[in-house]
Amino acid sequence: MDNFSALLGGFADVITPLNLLFALLGVIVGTAVGVLPGIGPAMTVALLLPITYGLPVEQSLILFGGIFYGGMYGGSTTSILLNTPGESASVVTALEGNKMAKTGRAAQALATSAIGSFIAGTIGTMLIVLVMPQVVSFAISLGSPEFLGIILVAFVGTAAILGSSRVRGFAALLIGLALGLVGTDFVTGQQRLTFGSPFLADNIDVVVIAVGIFAVGEALWVAAHLRRKAATVIPVGRPWLSKADWGRSWKPWLRGTALGFPFGAIPAGGAEIPTFLSYLTERKLSKHPEEFGKGAIEGVAGPEAANNASAAGTMVPLLALGLPTNATAAIILAALMSYGIEPGPLLLTKEPDLVWMLIASLFIGNFFLLVLNLPLAPTWAKLLRIPRPYLYAGILFFASMGAYAVQGQPFDLFLLLALGLLGFAMRRFGLPVLPLIVGAILGPLFEKHLRRSLQGTGGDASGLIGGPVSWVCYGIVLVVLLWPLIARLRRVVDRGVDGTGGSGTGGFGPSGTDGSGTADLQDGPYVADGESSPDDRGRDLHDSTFGSSSPAPTRKEPES
Amino acid sequence: MTVLVGYVPTSLGEATLRAGVAESRRRSEPLLVVNMSRDDVLVDAHRAKSDDLDRVERDVAELGVDVEVMRIERGSDPADALVRVAGEREASVIVIGLRHRSPVGKLIMGSAAQRILLDARCPVLAVKEDTA
Repeated sequence: MDNFSALLGGFADVITPLNLLFALLGVIVGTAVGVLPGIGPAMTVALLLPITYGLPVEQSLILFGGIFYGGMYGGSTTSILLNTPGESASVVTALEGNKMAKTGRAAQALATSAIGSFIAGTIGTMLIVLVMPQVVSFAISLGSPEFLGIILVAFVGTAAILGSSRVRGFAALLIGLALGLVGTDFVTGQQRLTFGSPFLADNIDVVVIAVGIFAVGEALWVAAHLRRKAATVIPVGRPWLSKADWGRSWKPWLRGTALGFPFGAIPAGGAEIPTFLSYLTERKLSKHPEEFGKGAIEGVAGPEAANNASAAGTMVPLLALGLPTNATAAIILAALMSYGIEPGPLLLTKEPDLVWMLIASLFIGNFFLLVLNLPLAPTWAKLLRIPRPYLYAGILFFASMGAYAVQGQPFDLFLLLALGLLGFAMRRFGLPVLPLIVGAILGPLFEKHLRRSLQGTGGDASGLIGGPVSWVCYGIVLVVLLWPLIARLRRVVDRGVDGTGGSGTGGFGPSGTDGSGTADLQDGPYVADGESSPDDRGRDLHDSTFGSSSPAPTRKEPES
Repeated sequence: MTVLVGYVPTSLGEATLRAGVAESRRRSEPLLVVNMSRDDVLVDAHRAKSDDLDRVERDVAELGVDVEVMRIERGSDPADALVRVAGEREASVIVIGLRHRSPVGKLIMGSAAQRILLDARCPVLAVKEDTA
């Protein structure tokens, strides 16, 4: 009950005209960027970060929370109307949502996704209130060795599970860690990777990294690649649901919420896996299985609830441990740090007002989103008519301004361009972006805990292995790392038993690579690169028809 | 020599088409219907669906007019594309739709119609929605 009175206090803080205005602004911007493919909440938060330096920390957090939730709403609009997911979390929505739109049920698809998102967001935010303080009271007893283990799980998780291949994931993580290392060593004062440049001595600002990789990289990528035929407009009426639609939607909403929240809360869970699992679940449980593939409302309701619930789930490790599980959370974390607030288990005790206010603002933002999205969905779809050159010119302008504003050094602009080229190259070679951002943001934190643990034991390696928590963490890391080997061994054993060479153990779809011994985890469902370029994937979706049997490396069709 | 019609899937587009058919009969020249959609936007309201274009072709052919339907999906400048096609096909007249624009709209967006009026090498017939 203590939490609830604290939450009510948060509500009291948040309901001032100015705060409400920022919440509204956040959800409007969030929905807009969610609608536009290729521009996600992570990029937006990164772009707005320098602009919000002038704001009090409360208001910029309210803004970012709104953008984060709004992005999840907006992504579904393009998925449904265009078969082009605006967000990687909405990829699954396109499966059934676009089919519904093509059969003239766009309004119902939009309505079920908006209402489902609202319900999932509200339940999810409620769960934050219930779960987060518990996690904090547990985490507050953890020392540096334990945190070391937890961060390591986050590293290995993001690098190995997300992304089209482990090598690419770890390569991206390595680049991120290297970027995080640049600067002055905080213990010895030694210069590292600065190449003698005084500009690099003060660490590369996370804003420059994030804006360079997300915004400039994406803009270069679009400039280099994206020329595609425009789509025709699908007319949408006012979104509404009939009684039958309500009856078919409410269970998937709840199931999607139940799937999404825990996945959002674990490192490397993200929103892609739970949306896909929710889709598979609904397909299996549906009373109308024949409608799946032709526009079943359950296939929209479930995944849409799941992605919003996972957005809420993300807030738990972010606020309780200071651990980001997706790119947007990573940037929000960087924002917290830039205000001199140290994220971690102590956040709730040190800044209780801030935390509860943020949570209260999430409830309010969620309500705004329902009000904005239900009647205005057709208006949001108009954003898609903005010519790309206008859009990306604006993004590049904000990116350069933001990077310059951080320190007022022209050097940062060159750095921005270099990082943009890096981001472009990563997209070109299919490297996921999330491990890089996580590496760059958590790298210094990881190092701090590493040094602290080692200092505690006078440099003895036994200091790294603390209590049971870190044993569990290292265990998880080992399993994830060794998974390809385990999978291969199991396959060999299976083959020995039935003698015929069974294909893909537990793969989600036509894995077809039974002999090559690639890890099943690698070609999991839709786990490609975080938020790097949903547009790219959108084009895949656009060009290929679902249910075709062509095996794509990063994308699997569900098979019942 | 042909009569070139810039077609968009709206009531203005239909009016333009009707004027184009009339013009084509008057000059006894074949009709070329062009629909242009830009490739730098995700959604273009001016893009006509293929069944829409099929219907245009069928309807106009039923009226006994020699018709060809062309769809342009590359490029980002409708005015330029239309004028270029007019030059290639040696169009004797271009028929386009013209509508009122709000002051804000004028400020933000350029006018494709104005560009065609100024750039085209042949006479241009501008059609308004209510007159046709």
